[in-house]
Amino acid sequence: MNEVTKIDGIGSSVRRTEDKKFLTGKGRYTDDINRPGQVQAYFLRSDVAHAEIKSIDTKAAQSAPGVVGVFTGSDIAADKVGGPICGWVVPCRDGSSTKEPPHPLLAQGKVRFVGDAVAVVVAETMEQAKSAAELIDVDYNELTPVVDFVSADKGAQIHEEVPNNCYFDWELGDESATNKAIESAAKVVKLSVRNNRLVPNAMEPRSALAEYDSLDESYTLHTTSQNPHLTRLVLAAFMFAIPESKLRVIAPDVGGGFGSKIYVYIEEAVCVWASKKIGRPVKWTADRTQAFLTDCHGRDHVNDVQLALDENNKIIGLRVDTVCNLGAYLSAFSVVVPTILHGTLLSGQYDIPTIYTNVKGMATNTVNVDAYRGAGRPEATYLLERTMETAAKEVGMDPAEFRRINFIPKDAFPYQTQVALQYDIGDYEPHLDKAMEMIDYSNFEKRRAEAAKRGMYRGIGMSSYIEACGLAPSAVVGALGGRVGQWESASVRVNPTGTISVFTGSHSHGQGHATTFAQIVADKLGIPMENVEVIHGDTDKTPFGMGSYGSRSLASGGSAISKAVDKIINKSKKIAAHLLEASEDDIDFKDGKFVVGGTDKEKAFGEIALAAYVPHNYPLETLEPGLEENAFYDPTNFVFPSGTHIAEVEIDPATGVVEVVDWAACDDFGNLVNPMIVEGQVHGGIAQGIGQALLEDAHYDENGQLLTASYMDYCMPRADDLPSFKVGYTNTPCTHNDLGVKGCGEAGAIASPPALINAVIDALSPLGVTDMSMPATPQKVWKAIQESQSVAAE
Amino acid sequence: MGEISLKLNGKLETRDVADNTLLVDFIREHIGLTGTHVGCDTSQCGACVIHLDGVSVKACTMLAKQAEGSEIVTIEGLADGDELHPMQQAFHENHGLQCGFCTPGMVMSAIEMVTKNKNISEDEIRKGLEGNICRCTGYHNIVQSVKAGAAKMGG
Repeated sequence: MNEVTKIDGIGSSVRRTEDKKFLTGKGRYTDDINRPGQVQAYFLRSDVAHAEIKSIDTKAAQSAPGVVGVFTGSDIAADKVGGPICGWVVPCRDGSSTKEPPHPLLAQGKVRFVGDAVAVVVAETMEQAKSAAELIDVDYNELTPVVDFVSADKGAQIHEEVPNNCYFDWELGDESATNKAIESAAKVVKLSVRNNRLVPNAMEPRSALAEYDSLDESYTLHTTSQNPHLTRLVLAAFMFAIPESKLRVIAPDVGGGFGSKIYVYIEEAVCVWASKKIGRPVKWTADRTQAFLTDCHGRDHVNDVQLALDENNKIIGLRVDTVCNLGAYLSAFSVVVPTILHGTLLSGQYDIPTIYTNVKGMATNTVNVDAYRGAGRPEATYLLERTMETAAKEVGMDPAEFRRINFIPKDAFPYQTQVALQYDIGDYEPHLDKAMEMIDYSNFEKRRAEAAKRGMYRGIGMSSYIEACGLAPSAVVGALGGRVGQWESASVRVNPTGTISVFTGSHSHGQGHATTFAQIVADKLGIPMENVEVIHGDTDKTPFGMGSYGSRSLASGGSAISKAVDKIINKSKKIAAHLLEASEDDIDFKDGKFVVGGTDKEKAFGEIALAAYVPHNYPLETLEPGLEENAFYDPTNFVFPSGTHIAEVEIDPATGVVEVVDWAACDDFGNLVNPMIVEGQVHGGIAQGIGQALLEDAHYDENGQLLTASYMDYCMPRADDLPSFKVGYTNTPCTHNDLGVKGCGEAGAIASPPALINAVIDALSPLGVTDMSMPATPQKVWKAIQESQSVAAE
Repeated sequence: MGEISLKLNGKLETRDVADNTLLVDFIREHIGLTGTHVGCDTSQCGACVIHLDGVSVKACTMLAKQAEGSEIVTIEGLADGDELHPMQQAFHENHGLQCGFCTPGMVMSAIEMVTKNKNISEDEIRKGLEGNICRCTGYHNIVQSVKAGAAKMGG
């Protein structure tokens, strides 16, 4: 073991230990892995949005060159393989529960969106599989597609089990008190907003490689997953009815997730099934078009908002009526996103005495909609922060001051909102103040005037967001309709020489866990980081764990590691006490050494490790040998990051192009373990939010064809669409986890869209523009400018 | 089918490939170097950028046959043993990567950009990276990395 020189512990911007393999092309993503005898799967997908399948003729495809199997829904049904399940349901206003229609792995009798899998062709090469798929003859009886979700209740019924195409009609809060507040208000600010539909677009397309071992009747699946243990559970228990021990799921390097790789998709399951059927490893990798058509999309809400104010401009009530699009089938967490992760966030950073919300989740002939970075919280923040800005303008207050007088005061924590959550801690004015200072808010009007001289419209806009991440505790998750626990696991194995192997239930797909988690262990044990290895993503190696999403990895997974290390330290103290012939109570642990208090008698951590595995001088009668501990940590509450982001834009009236000229983000994530990694998370989140606000829009035509199914049609943010970002922090450490940490992964995507749209509207406010929908494309902005000018001319 | 020969990361490689084999599939499937990635099917994302005779090229936009006799460098060919190329080192030091999927293409594009323009400005970097999409970093740290890489490369 190395001598302790410098500990790259908590709070240090250590460069990432995982970088080198990625920088040298040695990352190992699912599609990089090949197996001897492997065959390729290609899915024939529906090219119509809504139809009955009259017949499928696969004969010609069966005998095409290289084909080893062609399968349809009837083959899956014959083997009684189940489909993906819904992981969370909510009660409806009428007392019924969420409607859960079946989702077969391959279409049975009906197709429900363009991209719905009708058949799978397995062949020696992908080219042969694709060619053979063209020979399959599907006879459809086309039905009227339901595309517009707001009017979906009047459309053709998509599922027998879902009357009026409404999966659920859910409510939260006190309707009558809220309506009373609105009726008695000095002013009611009304706003309707749409949260545009997005495609997550992790750069690595989804992929699966399944193999079956006939000797021990077991499967191995390499897949692009954010949570391999959940994937194993769903596949084993709900689809194939096999013991979990017969299925190993490995999520190796995963190239981004953003929510889209949480769920078990039909392709993974079909590959697993086909690998046994054919007796050879089966691989499938999506091309980008398939990714656009079949990855779960995000957002897609309309929200009607009524904000009630008293005569002092204090908020006295909030009502939000939401309709959201959940697509053709209920995806695993599609129900929780617009309800529990949306409705409960509606208090934002504000002290609101009464809130009511109603959410209707609709079925349409579009691909499933589920969690995408932020998942419900961006939608809540968008409608609230757009309304706050609108209200401020309507009552003639500075938007910052209007927020300030409505903030939950810092001495009111723990604060019970009217929408179920209890915020443990927060202090909102400091991040508002700091963000304003970072962007030089007080001199903005000078910059606006200077821009106007150049013929440009300059605007500023802010948003003060709250986030709830690390869903917990499990008992509450269950009471709210969740069908999973929301704890996290860690296993910390001290090896005989004192090096450490950390096995975590979290999964990294870009977040840098190998570095952050090693820092926690190194800090707590006083050992160098290079002695700590973090292992994740393999169900045969790691303890059952819940994976990574919802900004939970550090607060839940990191806390589990911290708890397991505490157990290591406790046991080590006992061993040290024996070796040093002292009482356990007299042993202090500091800087990697166990010291008998007030003496120079000490043992290094490495010596304790060795003694645990070579227990020649060891209290065997009271203590087991070895040094390895597990922790399963179920947090007592969510964590509540908050912050203020301020955007500054310039708009060229000749083109309608919005240029983001400055950005200040000030966030309270509690304690930071690796500020460099946190900053990177903030940058990435803001970029996705700017993408939503200015560029991205998933658009289906009236026939249910996705018009934006490539990077030629769906506008991803490029480097020259974005500015550099100013990032700052405040800190109110979380009160209920040992590390005092919150989550940082989604904050940028939550905070940024309303800040940016508020800035765009502010820029155009001299023209009388008061609203702008997302994305604020040049065409839309240009049109708004033209219309305002024609109104002015009249 | 037909035989093609080219130099890949300094080594002569000869393979029999189908006429319609894309260069990126040749590199990934036939040679087995999987650092060059495929992130789209419309030549937009840039995850497959390699150097062909010193010029950065999207390996999904050309046939392997068209590369006959050329010299190709992929992400695997940059480091000198354990020593990273200055641009790779700059990406590491400036946290210019997260999930790593776009990284090989970013680094290959960045090196060519900086080789052509030693005193590259931030604006030029942002415009130069238009053909490379990253979903994780928001580009902020990639731009910093390219700037730092340019300095290391003698800019």
